Amino acid sequence: MNTEILGVILQWTLLVVLCYPLGRYIAKVYRGERTWLDCMAPVERGIYKFCGIDPAQEMNWKQFLKALLTVNLFWFFWGMLLLVLQGWLPLNPDGNPGQSPDLAFNTCISFMVNCNLQHYSGETGLSYFTQLFVIMLFQFVTAACGMAAMAGVMKALAGKTTKTIGNFWVFLTRSVTRILMPLSLVVGILLVVNGTPMSFDGKQTLTTLEGAEQVISQGPTAAIVPIKQLGTNGGGYFGTNSAHPLENPNAFTNILECWSILILPMAMVFAFGFYTRRRRLAAWIFGVMLFAYTAGVIVSVWQETAGSPQIDRMGIAQELGSMEGKEIRIGSAASAMWGMTTTVTSNGSVNSMHDSQTPLSGMLQMLNMQINCWFGGVGVGWMNYFAFLIIAVFISGLMVGRTPEFLGRKVEAREMKIATLVVLMHPFLILVGTGISAAIAAANPEIGWLNNPSFHGLSEMLYEYTSSAANNGSGFEGLGDNTPFWNISTGIALIMGRYFPIVGQVAIAGLLASKKCIPESAGTLRTDTGTFSLMTFAVIIIVAALSFFPALALGPIADYLTF
Amino acid sequence: MKNLWISLKITLAMCIVLGVGYVLVLRGVSAVAGPNGGEADVVTLDGQIVGAANVGQSFTDSTHFWGRPSAVNYNGGGSGGSNKATTNPEYLAEVEQRVQDFLAAHPYLSRAEVPAEMVTASGSGLDPDISPRGARVQVRRVAEARGLNPAAVQRIVDSLTQKPWLGLFGTEKVNVLRLNVALEEMCKN
Repeated sequence: MNTEILGVILQWTLLVVLCYPLGRYIAKVYRGERTWLDCMAPVERGIYKFCGIDPAQEMNWKQFLKALLTVNLFWFFWGMLLLVLQGWLPLNPDGNPGQSPDLAFNTCISFMVNCNLQHYSGETGLSYFTQLFVIMLFQFVTAACGMAAMAGVMKALAGKTTKTIGNFWVFLTRSVTRILMPLSLVVGILLVVNGTPMSFDGKQTLTTLEGAEQVISQGPTAAIVPIKQLGTNGGGYFGTNSAHPLENPNAFTNILECWSILILPMAMVFAFGFYTRRRRLAAWIFGVMLFAYTAGVIVSVWQETAGSPQIDRMGIAQELGSMEGKEIRIGSAASAMWGMTTTVTSNGSVNSMHDSQTPLSGMLQMLNMQINCWFGGVGVGWMNYFAFLIIAVFISGLMVGRTPEFLGRKVEAREMKIATLVVLMHPFLILVGTGISAAIAAANPEIGWLNNPSFHGLSEMLYEYTSSAANNGSGFEGLGDNTPFWNISTGIALIMGRYFPIVGQVAIAGLLASKKCIPESAGTLRTDTGTFSLMTFAVIIIVAALSFFPALALGPIADYLTF
Repeated sequence: MKNLWISLKITLAMCIVLGVGYVLVLRGVSAVAGPNGGEADVVTLDGQIVGAANVGQSFTDSTHFWGRPSAVNYNGGGSGGSNKATTNPEYLAEVEQRVQDFLAAHPYLSRAEVPAEMVTASGSGLDPDISPRGARVQVRRVAEARGLNPAAVQRIVDSLTQKPWLGLFGTEKVNVLRLNVALEEMCKN
């Protein structure tokens, strides 16, 4: 078997083996049990004291959401201000100017919602100050925000009837100090040793072997790359993200970075199982997600290693697979693997140009984001699956004539309405956005948005809205997207795609938590079985995938069929 | 209002823990354990810095091995791929042109021997490597341009070919800059 495929298998194995113990650890962190990182306790106490947080105070779901939304609103102003003013701030050795207001709006929103869609290029669009105190800061705290929301949902679903779902500030702090920062440090050190830069000296200028002058962008890259991956953020330090040889110097760092994308979303599924003591249910959920993810990886790896049929027809040697937009040290198989990993989660970092991948890989990437719950973003991905679970419970309840229940609580009209709205908002944002932009592009052929003609052009726009609504942040980067239209319209999709689901899902959990617990009996519809998992899978395919089928048929599928 | 006050304070606290604490730890580690004290690693020839080890550069001279096509012409201050779809007719014409150019520079090759990666642009536009095959097809041209024995040039290529990680995972590659520097050194002796 060739070594490229072995690399993919190694990575898959490392993910599946390590997510289980990490999940148990995360559950302990949120329960407040003893862990081997108790040495962080003084730091946490310092933070609580400085901020005036009473860690023992419990919140109900409305207070919890209020705290969550307030801090996000604050981050918006923080980010806007620093991005526009970065030209005058310190740590700007390359003298990069401030961002324009519409670009700053898009950048700020996209990092605030943990999406990291980038309409600028890191080398010239940011200073080291904003890289650290907007980009990196947001990559930590917004990931922690999603994890805190999930911790609240877990607490709501865990046990007896309860009015409170924990303290948002405590969950937020612990997510940073006990999960994200320690893991980032380990990954960061490994990257530094392998040659990822970590300095503040600005660009290096040197003379090449053939006598030309070359400028090398560098900076505090190794601090940002780990959290960009672990927090399912995806916003690269350099313009081309992890395809850049300084951001991702060799095959080992590629495996490490790709592993970092998926490890926390995978572990969160088991964390739910350990926290609520429903490990069987967690294992089934994990199984469904892993199946969907693995199937995508197999198809995409096959497509990319087989190469492009158009290039094949030119009669040249395409031994390494389709290599347009890919790097030699990474190879086509690991690029395909990354493409799937970054889109099943809401990560969105890339190690190859997705625009140049073969049409079927492009379609699977979009489909992953359109479904948006095969592991998904840290915390929020599991919560998207949770919304589908509620719908599946309701539908199966109706099918077999039993009262729909989930974890011993009745699912009633109010929860169902919220779940349905959350689930339908996603196709609405994507399809309406793509429709409007396609109409504009068709009416103004000279507008110059598209880098590729025909079906692939439509795919570029469809991908951009899909990525925005799913808070993913990768792109078919040929799209000329740094214009007020794209900055603002995708900005709106970003906000709606983030806060609407979080609010809805926490509300459902809060409402369920306050209901009377019904003891499970023979008449209860069991959710921790293969049949029910299959049912959930079917609901997801019908609701999510089929809404997008017509758009996909006009984009990547038509592209694939045009040989 | 109380939430807003906490928001400000917790953001400042995180700035200190992460933006200062976490960053300084990594900066310290990189100063000690990084290949070039935290800066991009460089390659030297006669004590002169001739490039960054991990950033590709443009080679057009017939006495050098060439790297892959770059959509940004190896501008290390930026980076970028072509973002062309493999179904785009304009793009395919561009690749065809590159195939013609490659064949013109290496007249001893047949069309079926042209490696696709040598006529397609990399993702970053800064790919520092080529495949061992991509180097092999250039050996005769380089040897002829320098008046060297092709077998000797091939030996340099072989000695600089990097195996997959642990011999098992990933691709084989040759760093073009290191290859050309080794070539220059050999010619001097």
